[in-house]
Amino acid sequence: MSEPVLGFERVSLRLGGRSVLRGVDLALHAGEVLGLLGANGAGKTSLLRIATRVLAPEHGALRLCGRPLEEFSRAELARRIALVPQRSEIPFPFTAAEVVRMGRAPHLGLLGFESRRDLVLVERAMDEVGIRELAGRSILELSGGEQQLVALARGLVQATPILLLDEPTAFLDLRHRVQVLRLVRALASAGQSVLVVSHDLGLAARFCDRLALLSRGEVLAAGSPAEVLTPALLRAAFGIEAFVFRAPDGTPVVLPEAPAPAREPSLDPQT
Amino acid sequence: MAGPAWLAPREVLRILLGGSSISASELPARDIVLRIRLPRLLLGGIVGASLSVSGVLFQALLRNPLADPFVLGVSGGAALGGILVLGFGGALGLGYAAVPPAAFLGSVATALLLFAVAGGRGRLSSTSLLLTGVVFNAIASAAIVFVASLSGLAEGTSIFLWLIGSLSAARESSTLMVALFLLAGLACVWPQARRLDLLALGEESAAQLGVDVERVKRILLAATSLMVGAAVSVSGLIGFVGLIIPHLLRLLLGPDHRLLVPASALGGAIFLILCDTAARTALGGGELPVGAITALAGGPLFLFLLRQQQRQSLLP
Repeated sequence: MSEPVLGFERVSLRLGGRSVLRGVDLALHAGEVLGLLGANGAGKTSLLRIATRVLAPEHGALRLCGRPLEEFSRAELARRIALVPQRSEIPFPFTAAEVVRMGRAPHLGLLGFESRRDLVLVERAMDEVGIRELAGRSILELSGGEQQLVALARGLVQATPILLLDEPTAFLDLRHRVQVLRLVRALASAGQSVLVVSHDLGLAARFCDRLALLSRGEVLAAGSPAEVLTPALLRAAFGIEAFVFRAPDGTPVVLPEAPAPAREPSLDPQT
Repeated sequence: MAGPAWLAPREVLRILLGGSSISASELPARDIVLRIRLPRLLLGGIVGASLSVSGVLFQALLRNPLADPFVLGVSGGAALGGILVLGFGGALGLGYAAVPPAAFLGSVATALLLFAVAGGRGRLSSTSLLLTGVVFNAIASAAIVFVASLSGLAEGTSIFLWLIGSLSAARESSTLMVALFLLAGLACVWPQARRLDLLALGEESAAQLGVDVERVKRILLAATSLMVGAAVSVSGLIGFVGLIIPHLLRLLLGPDHRLLVPASALGGAIFLILCDTAARTALGGGELPVGAITALAGGPLFLFLLRQQQRQSLLP
């Protein structure tokens, strides 16, 4: 395979004395959608924060298009990697369109004003995400799902070769989830590389080329959805028993085992 | 150009436009306009602009629209710095000219403390904001009174004016100095306006969009301290200008800092000139401290905003 656009090489991280990541090796290739799965606290978001250099790894290195991440200035990095966070609380009444426009910041000139082309890109991104009608609304009045779509549009207008999505569908209904993930597929077909953190195993299996399963700061498995979504690995990563079926096209479908049966009602009057 | 002594607007205009046609009978009027009212007006405008822009900057830095240099206690820190020089500077050979730099240092020190309290997350919740502000202000006013008593400044009304905020004690020479501080502050800030917008998304998102967050914070800290230090050193603790004006302008123009920063400078200037005019004319011959008027206007607005925030439960 060709050189990864973004490579984590034996990355370790400690936060507040706790070991969060331990020797993580992970590669994101051009034009692929890589799904990052794992239990809460497994280190998924930390991995994304390291990739945007908000956190520095304790050991290990990151390579962006073959060059060490530290060689890039903040502005250069912002033109190559976009991160759509789980949520951002904005204290001022910016309109949705204004927030999306902020995604163009790394591309603006000295004066910091958007050109016509920037504004066209903003409109196009809002159309792609399907939030044109929110453009003039204050971000403070939008629902969690709507805010998430605004953040996604902001990530799109950043027009970077690499897109990191932190649970982009957490607050969305099924129709919007599918819509967002279809969009992600389209971006990958156009050459963008996408790393998406998800808790929805079914959708991840459906829309990602490869999956990586993170558990307690280590990569437990990485490979095709069929290789990663196995009962044994799911047990190891999430501590659950699950059935794995195959959809007609071979995509694995995960179904957690039924809850432990309620205790049989006792006939013994003593209890 | 209003004041206790009545001058017809036409007369004032004629004096301002100058010309040699001013008769001897008009000389007192000329002095009133050029020596008293014009400098006072300019000073009010500059102080108002400084306080208002500082409010915008603190709000962006702490990501809380309730922030204001007075509410946060940064003005108090600046006042303490100034008072220290006024009280004890003479013994060290420091003159009146050392007051603004000392106020600047006091403001820097308080703002640094504030960021230490805000912690690494770069956001001050309304609760912490209020608590730190209350404590900083209490410490600063206690220390000011203490210093003033020790150094004999407490006699007379100057300490009272300093604490409540007034433009009446200012000297003519200070106008130019405050203007320079304001211009320097604005020159630092305006180029950062777009980055202030990005900071609203949170420090991590701002960094991810290419902002060198620590650098921007340092620049803004220096700029606010310059402006607050200068304003406080000539006018004492005038509160709430930095709260009222940015709030009104956000409603009118939206939160985009590229527009909000210059508009706040202008709006703050106009607002404080109006308040000062009211302060000088409301009592006929006497004069109210302008800080009393801004506090009467700003206090209720602050409470209203706090209530609104709690209802939206936007901030914890």
